Amino acid sequence: MAVKVRIPTPLRSLTEGQAEVAADGKTVQEMIENLENRYAGIKERICDDNGRLRRFVNLYLNDEDIRFLSDLDTELHEGDTLSIVPAIAGG
Amino acid sequence: MSHVDGLKCRECAREYPKGPVNICEFCFGPLEVVYDYGAIGKVLSRELITSRAPNMWRYQELLPLDEPPSVGHDVGFTPLVRADNLARALGVSELYVKNDAVSYPTLSFKDRVVAVAVSKSREFGFDTVACASTGNLANAVAACAASAGLNSYIFIPSDLEQGKVLGTQIYGTHLVAVRGTYDEVNRLCTEIADKYCWAFVNINIRPFYAEGSKAYAFEIAEQLGWRAPQHIVVPMAGGSLITKVHKAFQELAQLGLIDHAETCIYGAQATGCSPIVTAVKHQTDLFKPVKPNTIAKSLAIGNPADGFYAIQTMTQSGGWGEEVTDAEIVEAMKLLAETEGVFTETAGGVTVGVTKKLIEQGRIPRDESIVICITGNGLKTQEALLGKLTEPHLIDAKLTSFETLLMEKEAQV
Repeated sequence: MAVKVRIPTPLRSLTEGQAEVAADGKTVQEMIENLENRYAGIKERICDDNGRLRRFVNLYLNDEDIRFLSDLDTELHEGDTLSIVPAIAGG
Repeated sequence: MSHVDGLKCRECAREYPKGPVNICEFCFGPLEVVYDYGAIGKVLSRELITSRAPNMWRYQELLPLDEPPSVGHDVGFTPLVRADNLARALGVSELYVKNDAVSYPTLSFKDRVVAVAVSKSREFGFDTVACASTGNLANAVAACAASAGLNSYIFIPSDLEQGKVLGTQIYGTHLVAVRGTYDEVNRLCTEIADKYCWAFVNINIRPFYAEGSKAYAFEIAEQLGWRAPQHIVVPMAGGSLITKVHKAFQELAQLGLIDHAETCIYGAQATGCSPIVTAVKHQTDLFKPVKPNTIAKSLAIGNPADGFYAIQTMTQSGGWGEEVTDAEIVEAMKLLAETEGVFTETAGGVTVGVTKKLIEQGRIPRDESIVICITGNGLKTQEALLGKLTEPHLIDAKLTSFETLLMEKEAQV
C-alpha cells in the first residue's frame, strides 16, 4: 500500500528537507521498515531499541492515534496519511 | 543573575543551549532546564527568601529566567489553609489546602507557569504568545499577554465552560475554538507552532513554562515552616504539575532549605479521563490514551505528555493514583466549600474526592501531614453545579413572608 507520511521538523534532515514523503507497507510496522530503507536512520529516531514506538512519539493514521487502533500492527490502505507527531504538554 | 546552564533531554541526556525548543531532536524526549545548583546553593538561603516580597519570585534563583521577570510580578504566595473542619470530616489530624483558587490574577495555578513563560518569551524576543488550553491556561495567557502588550493566539476545545471562554475573551485575545478534544487542539497547535514563529507557552517554551509550577510547592514547604508534607495529593491533566511538585521538594532538600523530602505523592484524575491513574493501578509505566468524558474539563487530557514521569513520581515516592466519578467530584466540591469556605472548580473536586478515597482505603494514614492541591476556582465551572445545589428560597418583600419561611424551616429540623 502506498501511503503518505508527514514528517516533523526534527526528522526532515533525514528526508532531504521534505515535510511529506511516500512509503509502502501493509502495516505501520512494515511502513517504518520501508521508510528506513529509503531514509536510513529514521527508524531509530521513532522506535526504541526493542522496536517499540518511542515514549514521546505519537503516530496518527488519518487523525486517529494508532494506540486506539492496533498500534504497530495497524493495517494501512491505499491513500492513507500517517503523521509523526511529538508529544506535548498539557494546559 | 541566571543560574541556568542550558537544556537537557530527560530521555537520552543530549544537551542543548537555552532557546525556544522543547523536544530532543534525536529521540523526541522532553527537554528539561539544567541549573547550576552549586552556584544557587552559595546565594540562596531561608533568610534571603523571606526578606523578599510574598510572591513566587522570592524563589527566583530556582526559576529559569535570565533577567528579572517582566510580567506577573505579583503572582504567587497564595494561602496554605489549615483545614481543620475538613480534617474532622475526613477523620485525619493534620490537613492543609494550598489554595490557588485565589491565584492572582486569573484564579488558577496557571498564572505561575505563564508568568515564567511570558517573561521568557520576551527574553527570546517573541512578539506573539500562544497556547493550547483546557481553559485555565487560556485565561492566564490572555491576561498576561494583555499586561505585557503582546499579541496572543489561544486555542481551546469548542465545548469549554462559559466562564473559561468569557474569562479569555475579555482580554482582547485572538481566541480560536476548535471542534474537537483538547488532544486534537494540541495536535493542531504542534503543526501551527512548526509553521509560525510564535511563543507557544506549552510547546516551544514548555521547558521554562513547566518550571513555574515549582513555586506552588516551594510555597507549601515555606508555609509549613520549612518542611515538606508527608503526603500530597495533586490533580493530573498532562501530568506536569505532579512532577514539578516532586522536583521542587527535592531541590529544597538538596539546597538544605528543608531537612528532607520524603513526601508520598498521589495523583488524582476523573474516572472519565484517567489514563495515568489506570497505569499506576495496573503497575505499568506505559499508559494508554483515552477519549475524555468528564465534567472535570481542565483535567480532560486523554494523551498526557508527562504521563510517564507522573507515573514514576507516584510509584517512586511511595504514593499512588486514584480516580473519582463526576458525581463524587460534585460532592467533594460541596464538601470543601461547606467545611472550609473554599469554592474550587471541578479539578479541585477531583483532588478532594481522591484524598477522601485514599484515606478511606488506608493508603494515606490518618495521623500524618497531608496537603490537598486546589489549583482552580469554582466560579469558572458553574455548569457542573447547575441544579445540584439547594435552590434559593423565593419570598415576597414582607416580614411575614420571611417568618413563614423561618417557621417552615424550623419545623423541618
